[in-house]
Amino acid sequence: MGLVIAFWVLAVVGIAAALAVVLLRDIFRAALSLVLCFLAVAGIYVTLSADFLAAVQVLIYVGAISVLIILAIMLTREVKRGSPSGRLRVPALVVAILFLGTVVFALVNTSWRISSVSPLVPTTAAIGGSLFGEGGFILPVEIAAVLLLAAVVGAIVLVREK
Amino acid sequence: MAIGLEHYLVLSALLFSIGLYGAFAKRNAIAILMSIELMLNGVNIAMVAFSRYIVPLMLTGQVFAIFVMVVAAAETAVGLAIVITIYRERETIDATRINLLKW
Repeated sequence: MGLVIAFWVLAVVGIAAALAVVLLRDIFRAALSLVLCFLAVAGIYVTLSADFLAAVQVLIYVGAISVLIILAIMLTREVKRGSPSGRLRVPALVVAILFLGTVVFALVNTSWRISSVSPLVPTTAAIGGSLFGEGGFILPVEIAAVLLLAAVVGAIVLVREK
Repeated sequence: MAIGLEHYLVLSALLFSIGLYGAFAKRNAIAILMSIELMLNGVNIAMVAFSRYIVPLMLTGQVFAIFVMVVAAAETAVGLAIVITIYRERETIDATRINLLKW
């Protein structure tokens, strides 16, 4: 019962915050509601018994990505001008609603093979095992490390003073 | 009423569609990047929900979500660096006025 209430509260808060991100004109407030949306998603992970992922969500999204975005907003001084919607507003709305309708129709009419096994808790050791263990995802981990290095070097090169 | 896989999938589709609308409709480049983050979060919810309800003991969906987060972090860093560079050159980050490469 508690899980049901938690899901609905978190879902409503997350959707409302996401709507605020795309509808608010003040881009700084939009960034703050983006933080709220990230926190609600972290709560959703907790209701899915993904404890490690919830912690990672708070650390990376709420802690790092939001700070980066807010810093970029400060550096570009477009706060006064706000972020109005462009000419493509109505087509964008139509496309988004069409997409939502298609996806919801597809997933409601699919018969999922729900497993009745209760999920693994805690997940940290199991995720570590499948990331680094025998027959796991060690090659993608290495590639992700290279990708992060390339992104950091690329970002430094891009913003360096000429 | 119990919460099932469909609830999480509809939530994720809603978040993705809101992000899709924002990415198309917004003119500020940073707002477009924020909308893309919303879309990635929606995808992550779907992956974790599949992992929880269909293969509860394998956690592959959660591992995929971690990789999505890695790529999102890299994308944000490079994207914001590009935005700041464009602002330095052209004094604007309005996506409709950044059209140097437009044919």
